[in-house]
Amino acid sequence: MADDRPFSDHPGHELAEALRRGDVTATEILESALRRIDEVDGSVRAYLRVTADQGRAQAAAVDRRLRAGDDLPGVAGIPIALKDLFCTKGITTTAGSKILEPYVPPYDCTPWARLSAAGAVLTGKTNCDEFAMGSSNENSAYGPVHNPWRLSAVPGGSSGGSAAAVACGEAVWALGSDTGGSVRQPAALCGVVGLKPTYGRISRYGLIAFASSLDHVGTFARSVRDTATLLSAIAGHDPMDATSLPDPSRDYRVGLEAGVDGLRVGVVEDWLSMEGTEPGVRDAFQAGLAALERLGATIVPVKLPHADYALSAYYLIAPAEASSNLARYDGVRYGLREAGSGSVTEMNTRTRGAGFGDEVKRRIILGTYALSAGYYDAYYGQAQKVRTLVIRDFEQAFMEADVIAAPTSPTTAFEIGERVDDPLAMYLSDVFTIPADLAGIPAISIPCGLDAKGLPVGFQLMGKLLDEPTVLRTAHALEAELAFADRPALVSSGS
Amino acid sequence: MAVDIDLEHVARLARLALTEEEKARFGPQLEVILEHARTVGEVAATSHPVPRANVYRPDEPRPCLTQEEALANAPDPFEGRFRVPRIVEEE
Repeated sequence: MADDRPFSDHPGHELAEALRRGDVTATEILESALRRIDEVDGSVRAYLRVTADQGRAQAAAVDRRLRAGDDLPGVAGIPIALKDLFCTKGITTTAGSKILEPYVPPYDCTPWARLSAAGAVLTGKTNCDEFAMGSSNENSAYGPVHNPWRLSAVPGGSSGGSAAAVACGEAVWALGSDTGGSVRQPAALCGVVGLKPTYGRISRYGLIAFASSLDHVGTFARSVRDTATLLSAIAGHDPMDATSLPDPSRDYRVGLEAGVDGLRVGVVEDWLSMEGTEPGVRDAFQAGLAALERLGATIVPVKLPHADYALSAYYLIAPAEASSNLARYDGVRYGLREAGSGSVTEMNTRTRGAGFGDEVKRRIILGTYALSAGYYDAYYGQAQKVRTLVIRDFEQAFMEADVIAAPTSPTTAFEIGERVDDPLAMYLSDVFTIPADLAGIPAISIPCGLDAKGLPVGFQLMGKLLDEPTVLRTAHALEAELAFADRPALVSSGS
Repeated sequence: MAVDIDLEHVARLARLALTEEEKARFGPQLEVILEHARTVGEVAATSHPVPRANVYRPDEPRPCLTQEEALANAPDPFEGRFRVPRIVEEE
């Protein structure tokens, strides 16, 4: 290896090369991640379950195959963490909720089935907001995750555990899910790369459902190149997910180096003056734009006039779909059942009252209301119309720009407890990420600097439907130009 | 215009037991959220960001969960079935 940092702090592509040269074994890489978990997870709490035994067996299998001279894909031997929303056969899966306790899935989700067939090594299941509902990870029934950059602050959410694990080398890569920003926002707050590809690009078979027309599988890594490798391993059609796109997948690493000379980068100027956007976020974002200009890109102003309504539309569509999806947790087929009920309705009602946390209850009520007789047209119907307007806005904007840039989140990591009693303030954390979920377009967050508090800022790039190559190419060029190399003090002291 | 939400009714529709304390707390919070949500004019609705219709896969028998696997997580399995409290009221 190029230096003597623990293996799990290295980029995945370097580890893959070292594995093939025989400089390191998959077992040694996994052990370095497990050691890091031992050292820091008592304070970070990124993991709900560490799967050391499964991981060791998988790593040993990769080592055997490498010794036998097998040609393995780029993900082989790389330690990967999964948000506890992904079903893993034989491994307890909670979705951050008490209502599923105890649930041991009888099957693997497609993304993990693909990764494990390719030789990836599971480190464990990461903490998340209950059923992915939240922007701070404080809605987990198992307690909050702490941001590795500042332990008193949130890691973002809902995939906060996955973002924190990658940020401090408790895994090299991780998977999360993004319904309103749940991959990009925690990636931004934890200083790592988070990608939400096009809706339907990665199968959701086995991903516990939150809001089906918005749920996306997304990736965490510490570089854009690694993100492209991970995406290539899991993207593509899956007959088990009817929303999965039939378009052929590709090797997303191809074309990554093509640069951005002549590229048109759209900027929504209204967003930069939006109330609540911190100066530190604005400054780091502007520095990112200047870097793109130095590389030959042109900055063009674009408008997304209906983005102002996107947040409202999202907070009707997502709860409405959640209220329907979460109807399955009724104490009959899996998970919790409150005993001593006389009738089945009483059993359902008491089980759900006891098993769900505050935010999930709030959204079930909101969604049930938005779908109930007399209110459907006024709320859910209207929200779906806003969605159409947001999509049209993007279509218009992409006539003038090849990608659209924005801060990922209006603030850097906020303190644990700061927003828990003000749901609307919490929802505003996702104001810049929600539009891409409503439109289904690919979007990435990469770190672009630190604010005055020393907390990372995320730079978001959005592209046209299925135009992951342009998004990744732009992000890769910007990443190289910014050369952001800071790591949380928790893991960088002494190195 | 203030939004009026009948929490008792909605909680009953959602089969969700709420404590008095939860009702008192959620009521005002939900009103704020719903106020924020009341906007927009007349356009077509979007239900799916990438339009797709009639997605089929071949209708072929494939391996699936065994009865034992399907029941493994059930709170109260009974003779190969999911047992629940009485559904039909007694006469």
